Amino acid sequence: MSDTHAQSVAYVRDTVIPQAPPPALEAGAVKWVRTNLFSGWFNSILTVVTLYLVYLLLSVALPWIVNGVWRASDIRECRELAGASGGGCFAVITDRWEQLIFGFKYPSDQYWRPTFAFVMLFGAIAPVLFSKVFPRQLLVLTALYPFLAFYLIWGGTILIPLVAMAGIAAGYVVYSRLVARSFATGFFGGIVAAVLVWWLGGFVAAEEPRFLALDPVASRDMGGFMLNLILGVVCVSLSLPLGIMLALGRQSHLPVVKGICVVFIEFIRGVPLITLLFVANVVLAYFLPPGSNFDLILRVIIMITLFASAYIAEVVRGGLAALEKGQYEAADSLGLDYAQAMRLIILPQALKISIPGIVNVAVGLFKDTTLVSVISMFDLVGMIRGPILASTDWNGVYWELFGFAALLFFVVCYGISQYSQWLERQLATDHR
Amino acid sequence: MSALTDPQQGGFRPSMLLSDTRYRSYTFQFIALICLIGVIAFLLGNLFDNLAAQGLNISYDFLGAPSGYDINQRPIPYDSQSTHFRASIVGILNTLIIAVLACITATVIGVIAGVLRLSSNWLVRKIMSVYVEAFRNVPVLIWILIIFSIMTVSLPAPSAFRGDDPDTTMLFNAFALTNRGIYTPIPVMGAGGWIVVATFFASLIGIFALRRYAVRILYDQGRIIPTFWPSVAIFFLPTLLMFFILGRPITLEYPELSGFNFQGGLQIRGSLIALWFALAIYTGAFIAENVRAGIQAISTGQSEAAGALGLRPNRIMNLIILPQALRIIIPPLVSQYLNITKNSSLAIAVGYMDITGTLGGITLNQTGRAIESVLLLMLFYLIISLSISTVMNFYNNSVKLRER
Amino acid sequence: MAMIDTDKDTGAGQMKVSDEVAISIENMNKWFGTFHVLRDIDLTVYRGERIVICGPSGSGKSTLIRCINALEEHQAGKITVDGTVLSSDLKNIDKIRSEVGMCFQHFNLFPHLTILENCTLAPIWVRKTPKKKAEETAMHFLNKVKIPEQADKYPGQLSGGQQQRVAIARSLCMQPRIMLFDEPTSALDPEMIKEVLDTMIELAEEGMTMLCVTHEMGFARQVAHRVIFMDQGQIVEQNKPEEFFMNPKSDRTKLFLSQILGH
Repeated sequence: MSDTHAQSVAYVRDTVIPQAPPPALEAGAVKWVRTNLFSGWFNSILTVVTLYLVYLLLSVALPWIVNGVWRASDIRECRELAGASGGGCFAVITDRWEQLIFGFKYPSDQYWRPTFAFVMLFGAIAPVLFSKVFPRQLLVLTALYPFLAFYLIWGGTILIPLVAMAGIAAGYVVYSRLVARSFATGFFGGIVAAVLVWWLGGFVAAEEPRFLALDPVASRDMGGFMLNLILGVVCVSLSLPLGIMLALGRQSHLPVVKGICVVFIEFIRGVPLITLLFVANVVLAYFLPPGSNFDLILRVIIMITLFASAYIAEVVRGGLAALEKGQYEAADSLGLDYAQAMRLIILPQALKISIPGIVNVAVGLFKDTTLVSVISMFDLVGMIRGPILASTDWNGVYWELFGFAALLFFVVCYGISQYSQWLERQLATDHR
Repeated sequence: MSALTDPQQGGFRPSMLLSDTRYRSYTFQFIALICLIGVIAFLLGNLFDNLAAQGLNISYDFLGAPSGYDINQRPIPYDSQSTHFRASIVGILNTLIIAVLACITATVIGVIAGVLRLSSNWLVRKIMSVYVEAFRNVPVLIWILIIFSIMTVSLPAPSAFRGDDPDTTMLFNAFALTNRGIYTPIPVMGAGGWIVVATFFASLIGIFALRRYAVRILYDQGRIIPTFWPSVAIFFLPTLLMFFILGRPITLEYPELSGFNFQGGLQIRGSLIALWFALAIYTGAFIAENVRAGIQAISTGQSEAAGALGLRPNRIMNLIILPQALRIIIPPLVSQYLNITKNSSLAIAVGYMDITGTLGGITLNQTGRAIESVLLLMLFYLIISLSISTVMNFYNNSVKLRER
Repeated sequence: MAMIDTDKDTGAGQMKVSDEVAISIENMNKWFGTFHVLRDIDLTVYRGERIVICGPSGSGKSTLIRCINALEEHQAGKITVDGTVLSSDLKNIDKIRSEVGMCFQHFNLFPHLTILENCTLAPIWVRKTPKKKAEETAMHFLNKVKIPEQADKYPGQLSGGQQQRVAIARSLCMQPRIMLFDEPTSALDPEMIKEVLDTMIELAEEGMTMLCVTHEMGFARQVAHRVIFMDQGQIVEQNKPEEFFMNPKSDRTKLFLSQILGH
C-alpha cells in the first residue's frame, strides 16, 4: 500500500446508515418447508419415506390407545369390550394399579405412607437440584428426608430414625468443632461421637418399641415401582461418597492406596450387574458373620451401591483430571494441607464439573434396578412377569403392561436427563 | 521418593512417621494395607466359618460331572451327558455369538441414526431424536421382554403354515416367522465352496490394494485415478465368476414344514432375536449420540479451513473430518461394545443359554456350587473386559495427538 | 562463575538492604527424571532485596523459585528460608510456605470462590484467623491493589490484570516476608501488564523481599537490586541492573539481551 494511494482515497463517514429490513424472500412457512423438508431429491425421498413409516406406526398405535378399554375385571371381558376396534386392554393397569406401584405384599391400608414419602422426595431434592432458586436453609429438609422416608416406608417406632439422626447430628457437631484443628481429628472424633450416640440410643429404642410406632413392614414386602425407586434413590445416595473416596484414592500418589482403588474399580466395571446380584442373592451371605441376618433387599442395596460407586468414581476422576494443576499448586503454596485442599478447593470444582456425568450414572443405575427381577424380587418388571402375567385374569396382556412400565421409566429418566442438560447449560454460562 | 540431604536432622524419631514426607507416605500405605488385610481376613474368616457350619467346601470338581440338562442352541456338539465344563463352553460361545451380532447391528444402527440426527431434513432429525430418547430412557430389560413377547406371542405357531389354505405363508418361500423362532435358508458348502469364499476375501484385499495404489499414484505423479467403480467391480466380479466357473458349489438349504415343525434351514430362536435386536437398538441409541457428538466436536473451523484450501466437500469429509471424528468416536464406541457384552447376561431373562444361563443359572442351581460358579462367571466377564480395554489403551496411545 | 560482589545499598537506591539473610541456597541440584534441570545453584537473598531472574525458556528459572516454596522437591543441596531448613519435615515445609507468598503465571485463583473468599481462605484455615479479622485484612490488601469494589465478584468476571492483582493480594493476606513471582505478567495482554507491575513496584517500595522471574526489563531496571541470568539450569551471570544491561559479561547473556531487547 503506497502512501499516495492511501491519501487519494482518504474518507471520513459523517452519516450513519439506518438499519434496513432484510430483502423479502419467499413467505415464511413455504420457505421453511422447502429448506427443511424438500431441499433436493434425496431429502424429498427421505421425507416421504419417513412420513409413510410414521403413518404406519400411528395407524396401529392410535386406535390401540384411543379405543383402549380402561374398565374391566379380566382379559376376557376386556377383549369383548374392545371387540374389533383394535383397542388395548389398559384395564389391567387400573385393575392392578396398586400391585404395579407397591408390590403385592405391602399392606394396602398403609399405601398412604410410601405415597407421602414419594411426594416428600420432591421437597427434599428440589433444594439440591435447583440450588439457585431455593435458599440454602431448605437443605435441612434434604438432610431430614432419609429418616422421615425410612420411618414412613418401613414403619416401626420413630425412635430408631430419631436415634440415627441424633447420632449423625452429634457426629457432625463434633466434626465441625474439631475440623479446624485437623481433618483427621474431626473425622474420627465425629465417628466416635456418632457411634456413641447410636449405642446409647439403641437401648432406648429397644426399650420402647411401640413409641409413636407405625405398623412395621418387612423389606421383603416392598415391591413394584416403589422398589425401583427405593433402590435407585438409596443406592445413588450411598454410592456418591464412596465413589468420591475411590476417585481420590485412584488419583493418589501412594501406590498401595491407588492399587487397591484401581483393582476395585476395574473389577466392578468389568463384570455385569447381574453377576453382582447373584453375589447378593447366593454368595454374600457366606461372607457375612455367621448368624447375622441381612435380608435380601439389604444385600442387594450393598451390591448395587458398590456397583454404582465404581462408575461414579470414574466420573469424578474425570472431573479431578479436568482441573488445572495450578489449582493444586496454589493451594499448596498457601499452606493448605491435603484434606483442606481437597475439601475447600479441589472437590467443589471437580464435583461441579462431574454433575452431568453423575446424573448419567444415576439414570443408568435407575434403569438397572429392573435387573433385580432376575433374582426373583418383585419390582415393577418382576410384578408384571410374575404375579400379574401369571394370573388367569390377565394372562396374555403383554403390550399394555410393558408399555406402561416403559412409560414410567421413560418419564423419570427423560426428566432427569433433561435436568442434566439444563444444568450443563447453566454451568457453561456460569462465572467460572 | 527423593532424598533431601539434610544433615542436621539427625536420627529417626517415631513422630517422623507422620510429620516427615519421606516416611509419611509409607505410614499411610501401611495403614491402608493393614485395613485391606483386615477386611479380607474378616470376610474369609466368615466364609470358612459358614462353610464349616454347613459342612461345605470349595471345590471345582463339579465341572467334570455330567451336566444332565439340555441346551437348545449348540454351536459345538453337546448333550445332557456332557460335563458342566462343556456346558459352560457352550454358554461362552453363545455369549460371544450374541455379543458379536449385537455389536455389528448396533454399530450400523447407531452410525445411521447418528448421521441422520445431523441431517438437514427437519423431520428425519426429529424422528431420530425421538428414537434416541425413547430407547435410552427405558431399561434394556424391558426392551428385551417386549421384543421377546413379539417373537413368542404375536407370531404364528408353525402349524399355521400347514394345509392347502394356511393362515400364513413363508416370505419368498424362504423365511418362516414362527413363535418358535425364525427359519431361514442356510448355505451348504459343496466341493470348491471354500474357494469362492476365499476369492471373495481376496477381492476385498484387492480393493484395499487398489486404493493404496491410487494414493501412491497421486503422491508420485500427481494424478487422481478413479477408484469407486473399479472397487465395485472387484467386489462382485471375481467372486461371481468363480462361483459359476466352479459350477455353483454353494447351495442354499431351505426350511421345510414337516409335521408340526420346520425342518432344515437355520432356526434362529426367539430368545436370540429378542436379545440381539433389543441390545442392538438400545445400544444403537447410545452409539448414535456418540457419533453425533464426535462429528459435532470437529469444529466448523476445521471444515472452513479445509474449504479455504480448496478441498471439495467429500474430500473434506474423508481427509479432515472423519479421521478426527473417529478419534473421538472410537473410545466410547468400544465401551458400548463392552456394555453389550455385559448386558448380554440379561439372556437369563428370556431363557437364552449364554454363560450366565448355563454356568450361573442351571449349573449353579443343580450343583449348589454358588461361590465357585459366580466366581468363574465373573472371571469370564473380567477377562473379556480387561482384554478389550488393553487393546483400547494401545489404540488410544497410538492415535494420541502429538502435543506439547 | 562470575560472582560479582553486590553492593547492597545501591541497586534501585530507595531502600537499604539489610545484612540479614532471607533465603540461602547452597549447591542445589535438581533432576526431572534423568534431565538435569538445576545445576549447582548457589544463591543468597538478603532481607529487603529484590532480585529479577531472567533467561531463555527451559533454563530452569521457574523451577528454581518453585523449589524455594517446596512445590518442587530438590534432590541435592540445601535451601534455608528465614532460618528454616527446607527438609522433608512437613512442619518445616508448612512454616516456609506460610512465610513465602507466591504468584503464578496463570494466577491460579480459585474460580468457585469470590475474590474476598479467595483472600480469606488460607488465613482462616491455615493461620486460624477469625473470619471477621481475616476479612478486614483481605479488604486492606484489596484496597492496596486497588480493587476493593470487586470483592464479591468471582475471578471469571475480572480481567487478567485484575486477577493477577487479586492473586498478589491473596498471597499478601498470609502476611509473608518473602514474595515469589513466577512470570506474573507473561499471560497478560499488553495494556494490563502495567497495572500489575505498578502493584509490584508499590510492594517493592515497602521493602518486601522479592524474587521475580520476569522478562520485563523495564521493571528490572527500575526495581531490582540484582539481575540474575540463567541458562541450561545454571546461574550464568548476576549483576546490578545497570551493569547487567549496559555491560553484560558473558556471550550467552549478550545474545539473550540482544534477542529480547532487539526489536
